[in-house]
Amino acid sequence: MSARIGIVTFPGSLDDRDAARAAYLAGAEPVALWHDDAHIHGVDAVYLPGGFSYGDALRCGAIARFSQVMETVKAAAAQGMPVLGVCNGFQVLCESHLLPGALVRNAHLRYRNRPARLRVETTRTAWTNAYAPDAEVVMPAKHGEGRYVADEATLDALEQNGRVVFRYLDNPNGSMRDIAGIANEAGNVVGLMPHPEHAVEALTGPSTDGLGMIASVLAHLSEGARR
Amino acid sequence: MNQLNVAVDTVGVADATPDEKQPWAELGLKEDEYQRIREILGRRPTQSELAMYSIMWSEHCSYKSSRVHLRQFGEKNPRTPRLLAGIGENAGVVAIDDNIAVTFKVESHNHPSYVEPKQGAATGVGGIIRDIIAMGARPIAVMDSLRFGAIDHPDTARVLPGVVDGIGHYGNCVGLPNIGGETFFDPCYQGNPLVNALSVGVMPRSRLQSMQASGTGNIVILLGAKTGRDGIGGVSVLASATFSESGEDDARPSVQVGDPFTEKLLIEVCLELFDAGLVVGVQDLGGAGLTCALSETAAAGDGGMHVDLELVPLRAKGMEPHDILASESQERMLLIVDPAKADEVLARARRWGLLATAIGTVTDTGRLVVDFHGQTVVDVPPKSLADEGPVYHRPIAEPNDLALIAVDRAETLPRPTTDEEIRQTVLDMAASPNLCDKSWITEQYDSSVFGNTVLGAPHDAGVVRLDERTGVGIAISLDGNGRFARLDPYHGAQLALAEAYRNVAVTGATPIAVSDCLNFGSPEDPHVMWQFERAVTGIADGCQKLGIPVTGGNVSFYNQTGREAIHPTPVIGVLGVLEDVARRIPLGLGRTGDTIALIGTTGEELSGSEWAAVKHGHLGGVPPKVDLDHEMKLADLLSRLAETEQLAAAHDLSEGGLAQALVEAISHSGMGAQILLPEGADPFTYLFSESSGRVLVVIPRGQELAVRSACESRGLPITPLGVTDANTDGLHLRDHFDISRAEIDAAWKGRIGARLGE
Repeated sequence: MSARIGIVTFPGSLDDRDAARAAYLAGAEPVALWHDDAHIHGVDAVYLPGGFSYGDALRCGAIARFSQVMETVKAAAAQGMPVLGVCNGFQVLCESHLLPGALVRNAHLRYRNRPARLRVETTRTAWTNAYAPDAEVVMPAKHGEGRYVADEATLDALEQNGRVVFRYLDNPNGSMRDIAGIANEAGNVVGLMPHPEHAVEALTGPSTDGLGMIASVLAHLSEGARR
Repeated sequence: MNQLNVAVDTVGVADATPDEKQPWAELGLKEDEYQRIREILGRRPTQSELAMYSIMWSEHCSYKSSRVHLRQFGEKNPRTPRLLAGIGENAGVVAIDDNIAVTFKVESHNHPSYVEPKQGAATGVGGIIRDIIAMGARPIAVMDSLRFGAIDHPDTARVLPGVVDGIGHYGNCVGLPNIGGETFFDPCYQGNPLVNALSVGVMPRSRLQSMQASGTGNIVILLGAKTGRDGIGGVSVLASATFSESGEDDARPSVQVGDPFTEKLLIEVCLELFDAGLVVGVQDLGGAGLTCALSETAAAGDGGMHVDLELVPLRAKGMEPHDILASESQERMLLIVDPAKADEVLARARRWGLLATAIGTVTDTGRLVVDFHGQTVVDVPPKSLADEGPVYHRPIAEPNDLALIAVDRAETLPRPTTDEEIRQTVLDMAASPNLCDKSWITEQYDSSVFGNTVLGAPHDAGVVRLDERTGVGIAISLDGNGRFARLDPYHGAQLALAEAYRNVAVTGATPIAVSDCLNFGSPEDPHVMWQFERAVTGIADGCQKLGIPVTGGNVSFYNQTGREAIHPTPVIGVLGVLEDVARRIPLGLGRTGDTIALIGTTGEELSGSEWAAVKHGHLGGVPPKVDLDHEMKLADLLSRLAETEQLAAAHDLSEGGLAQALVEAISHSGMGAQILLPEGADPFTYLFSESSGRVLVVIPRGQELAVRSACESRGLPITPLGVTDANTDGLHLRDHFDISRAEIDAAWKGRIGARLGE
């Protein structure tokens, strides 16, 4: 049986169907999760998709952290369940303190949509182990509030502990140290601004590099099952 | 029941005070129209009724000046089994195959976008999306056609960024990919920018919805946002009158404010309700708000309707009945629901956190009755509001200057003659506002959400996959050319139609349907009405010839400041079908060694061209010839070559001619082109003429003969121009000049932001 990846729909989630397609194309079974249902239906991993959860009220991701489902996701993440947050999902992870730092308005103050070239900085996470070390990948980056910021000590700690997961090769938003994605200490929780689910088919995306993230989590899960 | 403290103008009061002076003129009604309302009602209207008639009989809602001309679409439309819903519905619906239908429509939001660019443009997008939902479809993409004044006019730096921000913010937040469109600059749009937004949606054919309020006893439910004071008088005041020259009238409170988050919830809730079969009838609330939705659903049904207006959830305090009826608060839909299913409808809305309120019932009285705290403030026959508005036969007169303009031909203007001058002209044209790279705009839009966008900007048409299993998809293009229409509105409209049709065809799609947005000056000016009549006739004749029906659209009059009207600007949206989107033909240059060729004939046609505008500020002569037979052959050829995968790339030639098409193909592909112009061709004419019906194609090695013979068998002229070459740096025009890629990119890219001071 293939691994089950739960995809959360918050009011205002936009990429939930696309995340499900990505999971399906990479060989996983997508499972729909609902924001005010604490039950996560026995999934093996969780994908928080992009969008504008709760209309970005207060701050991006600020309300979603209080949802029923996030209580369960936080507890599961603490037990080692792989959790991925993309774009707004990354913002939710930061607001939920599953990841450090914050995502603020782009330095140029505009929403910008461009294919982003990224370097995979570590393959020692649940979501990047299938990539070659230092691989260059392309995924669409499209956001108005994706500039990663944190205090110097946090940034240094991220760098030293190998928790910077993706780095922009052409920084599109002014993110500190060109950071596009980070992981928690255990490497099971990863957040990134660019969209892997929009880089899964040559016909519709700039690449198929996004599939590697699902392939990674599948490998991670089957590795865990063997142990 | 709450008792009301303020005095309300009820039907009883109206009966008792027949001579009360009423502000009909201030609300935009003519004296004879006011008298007709009194005849219909047999008394004076109440304040609420007067507000409703003034709105529903406004130009914007009643199409009173355009209706007699728009009839031509119905009369001349070719019959096609694909057409499932047409003109008069919220949006036209066409069948794609046995299971899937698509609905699409283009609509203007011009006046609000000038007054308040961000909110005006945003709510334009929101409004067109609700039209798509109201047909039963899931919106899957948006496009926009934008026209601004001169790029270096200070006000353009206010209007353009605001409009783009509004379109981007709304579309990005509601989660729809923007798949293309067009942006033009011309001083004639300085005080009257055009913001035309298109949306397209897809549905199973069985989910087609109706706007009928039928079934006595059925419940009327208002779904979505609360009702506030925003947008009161938007359509009757803003969209149905000319801006004054002094600019003193502050129309700001009349522009609505959009909330794409609520719209996203509306989409999800409505589709869930449709799929569960819980809805009898549905209508969106847009311009004219509840007034329009209540009267249209009641008029389309078979009985009447009773509404208790105090049940409408309000955002503002102290709103009177006529305010509630006229409010244009966004993100609202009206549902007609079987009483046995009403609870489930309310529960499903609640699950998404969306407000839903039963406000009335369908009756068999034949009257639309609105009570407010138990007092009747409206009691009218709904058809008198929705269907029986005034119809004008406005005077029509050919503009006096037309003959003079026709002889002032751009073909006689001084032209560049030396190779160096022509070379510089290629670069100058590439850098000009209408031809330069528009990515400063398109990068502010999400283009890939839903994961079905196969082609987006800067392609000639947007291509979207509808079904992942079969690969079936659609192509859409949105095109207009105000200069050509100014020179000759009949042929100018047909040129826009031909261009949109060809843009769809170059992707390999087969064009099947049309939606149009007709942007004109004041209908009270006989010259404008002449332009309008000619343009409508041109489109109707053209669609008849091409065999594709006009499925709907929108008229925007009064795009005029003082006596200065915009160029007549019909914007045409053409929808096409691709049986397999994997076989679409992209923009570009293919691979090294591929043959570059031109299909079509290049004449000396420079009047109305981009070159004449940029280099001489000139507009005169007659526009290029349009040959719809040729366009049909061309579309047939391209769809065939897409199917057999015998083209590596294709690109429509339009503004800027061959030179611009080469610039775009080179810049987009990263390849170089070696070009040899045909013997005897005048390089300037060949590069900059805007003759219609031409496509630049790139033929993979080994397919040249097959493509040539496919052209010849259809009587289409094809001229080999050169080859693609990765080792050529940019454009090599043999015997004339070279332009490096760096020079092309420096000229073409980054212009919009730089001109706006960013």
